Amino acid sequence: MRRSNEPFFWALFSGGGMLAALCLPAVALLMWFAVPLGWVEAPAYEALVARLGHPLLRLVLFVFITLCLFHWGHRFRFTLYDGLQLKHLFGLIATICYGGAAALSLVAAYVLWTFP
Amino acid sequence: MTNPGYKRFRPRWHRERMPIFWWLGQFSYIKFISRELTSLAVAYTAVFLVVQFWALSQGREVYGRLLEFLRSPGALVFHVLVFAVLLFHTVTWLNLAPKALVLHLGGRRIPDRAVLAAHYLAWVAACAAVAWVLLGGS
Repeated sequence: MRRSNEPFFWALFSGGGMLAALCLPAVALLMWFAVPLGWVEAPAYEALVARLGHPLLRLVLFVFITLCLFHWGHRFRFTLYDGLQLKHLFGLIATICYGGAAALSLVAAYVLWTFP
Repeated sequence: MTNPGYKRFRPRWHRERMPIFWWLGQFSYIKFISRELTSLAVAYTAVFLVVQFWALSQGREVYGRLLEFLRSPGALVFHVLVFAVLLFHTVTWLNLAPKALVLHLGGRRIPDRAVLAAHYLAWVAACAAVAWVLLGGS
């Protein structure tokens, strides 16, 4: 019997889900509301770029973003199978979900690598 | 989540055809599907982080335009919705932790409440860490 690649993607799903659960509400609250609406005093542009440009932070963010994307890929794949009864499109959906996550991760890598 | 592509040793079953919107019939099914759909908000926020970095790298003016967009009513309403979905993901995910993580200490099982409390404490710590990275010490 062919070995399943399920555990690998499940690990990405699970890790991404945990990181997203712990960090994303805070990220969203700051990024979408607190900073643009001036609820908090965010660092000025230059200071912010210097702060976020730290190589270690960019590396951590790349891992974080990639895991979040593969969390989506894995979970959404099964949402489509189960929710919309598309089990016959098994290969196509898996390719779109994991391929999409991989492609977006590459974009993230490029943006973070070339930052600022 | 079983592997629907596995059919090698599976006999042909008689299966009732399920309607596409089978999950609309019962509240618990709707809850299940909405929990599954939180992954869309997770992906959106991850992509938005990349957009944020891209805008920052394009210079002060582009970043200013992004902030302006974020202040527009449409964006605010949409992001309030996405934020609510993210919170739904966090709460449902953390509440499952005691079921996924069965720990034993000295032959006795650590009670669910302790595992749950540890996860919520981790959430508080993570929020503090995110705030410190973005704002702190400046």
